[in-house]
Amino acid sequence: MSQDSGTPVLTISGLRRAFGGLVAVNDLDFTVAQGEIMGLLGPNGSGKTTALNLISGVLRPDAGTIRLMGQNIAGLASYRIARLGLARTFQLVRVLDGMDCRENIKAGLAFQRPHLPASEAELRIDRLLDRVGLAGHDRRPAADLTYIDRKRLELARALAAKPRLLLLDEWLAGLNPSELAIGIDLIRSLRADGITIVLVEHVMSAVRALCDRCIVMSSGRKIAEGATADVLSDAAVVKAYLGGVAVDA
Amino acid sequence: MSTRIAGFGATALAALALLALVPRLGNAYYLALAISLLQYTVLATAWGMFSGPTRYVSLATTAFFGVGAYTVAVLGEILPWPLVLLTAAALGAIVAGIVGLSTLRLSGVYFVIFTFGLTELIRQLVVWFEVNKSRVLGRYVFVNITQADIYWQLLALTAAVFLLGWLIARSRLGFALRVIGEDETVAKHCGINTTFAKVALFTISATVMTLVGAIMAPRWTYIEPSIAFNSMISFQVLIMALLGGAHRLWGPVLGAVPLTLLFELLSARFPNTFTIILGCIFLLIVYMLPRGVAGLFEKLSTTAGGKPTQRVAA
Ligand SMILES: Nc1ncnc2c1ncn2[C@@H]1O[C@H](COP(=O)(O)OP(=O)(O)O)[C@@H](O)[C@H]1O
Ligand SMILES: [Mg+2]
Repeated sequence: MSQDSGTPVLTISGLRRAFGGLVAVNDLDFTVAQGEIMGLLGPNGSGKTTALNLISGVLRPDAGTIRLMGQNIAGLASYRIARLGLARTFQLVRVLDGMDCRENIKAGLAFQRPHLPASEAELRIDRLLDRVGLAGHDRRPAADLTYIDRKRLELARALAAKPRLLLLDEWLAGLNPSELAIGIDLIRSLRADGITIVLVEHVMSAVRALCDRCIVMSSGRKIAEGATADVLSDAAVVKAYLGGVAVDA
Repeated sequence: MSTRIAGFGATALAALALLALVPRLGNAYYLALAISLLQYTVLATAWGMFSGPTRYVSLATTAFFGVGAYTVAVLGEILPWPLVLLTAAALGAIVAGIVGLSTLRLSGVYFVIFTFGLTELIRQLVVWFEVNKSRVLGRYVFVNITQADIYWQLLALTAAVFLLGWLIARSRLGFALRVIGEDETVAKHCGINTTFAKVALFTISATVMTLVGAIMAPRWTYIEPSIAFNSMISFQVLIMALLGGAHRLWGPVLGAVPLTLLFELLSARFPNTFTIILGCIFLLIVYMLPRGVAGLFEKLSTTAGGKPTQRVAA
């Protein structure tokens, strides 16, 4: 599993977090190599979002280590983790409703170190608006955007920091088929930029199209790991998901 | 853009020069009224500088005002006046820093209650200290400061506060606070040290409030804790800033001016029912103008086909 091409972008070992008696993430281990898109699958409540919250510093782990580019970030404040090159989106879209699209994206890059010169920042914002399909909307208040455009804007904000590692929490959920195709292309193009991605996703066609490898969680534990095609045909995975019905969507 | 700023700066300077002439009118009543107007303008603007973007409602205005006033009562005779002001500002900043670090992790209603409790705590501490250590119940303020001096100092502070607020709004710190006000979790994930940003602005705002208290202290000849730490100030400033609209630097002044005049009138005519009227005004403002007068102006200028102003939800 551990590749020889340098340090993995993300290495997680023995990660654990409980809420009262409920162990939401239980002894989780996995590694994500540079440039890889890794799927994080599992039924609702299996601990995927909690895992992302631990990695991004929203929650403190009870135990375990999280290494970003080799540096242990477990328990670090999330603003520090963000400055180390981690960006994410949220399962329930979070955009800054009182600001326009340009300012939303600016929030993503203005606080990174070293600070960008203003002209370069503006240029990067223009490119990102273009890239996610919001060109021409830069002065539009985020509150006025449609659901898909809010998702686009949130992704643009995450990308603004030029992250080394991007965590996407069901970013493709709720899109119609044509939007889905656009979204998949967009995420695929990120890999070409050298961004490493952890993709939490229920849309299996997207997982098949995008993920090099997957791990599957159930009740906080990892129950399967491997190449995407192998994992999705694994009997245990099929059982954990729809109680036996084939995994497809 | 820069010509607009230059024009605005020139207008502001002219206005300042005109306002500086008020003590020359030689009318004691107008001067006293002008002092009240400036006092509340600075307090409400300083309040809005922190609470506007972060949406943390602070009832600690009185605490800082009182710290400033008491510094003068204690040190006024001992130190030269500029040093007294400097000491007051430093004390205010230190108290604000400590309070900020320990409370700004609290959210919403807990923060409101804490800041209210803080005022009471500081007042009780001062009472305890005075009774047990200094063995006095109140202090006479012997400083050689005239009403006109108070007015000019407040006017200078007003100018400084608006300049500071304008600079902060254009700075990275100002932008960080707006992001925090929108969504603190997102702010952190954007790399904003949210605690630092909030404590920094809380401290700046509190230092200004402390200076107002210090500058105003010579207005009284006798100070005791219940005068310096009058919690009505916190509520009045809150109402003024909300009426004006705390999401804009120039918002609170739009509330401070009419309400100072109104309070002046009401407290003179209805001294006994004043607080009840105050409460009713508060309710009216929250129901009828949730975004304050500033919000109303923005709405009018947008619907009238004017240039839509930037949206910042209050
Ligand atoms: N902040 C929290 N407090 C208490 N329980 C939580 C919290 N966050 C998640 N949980 C619980 O942890 C479990 C895993 O949740 P989550 O990580 O959101 O699952 P998933 O994203 O895989 O659907 C669920 O049972 C959920 O109710
Ligand atoms: Mg989830």
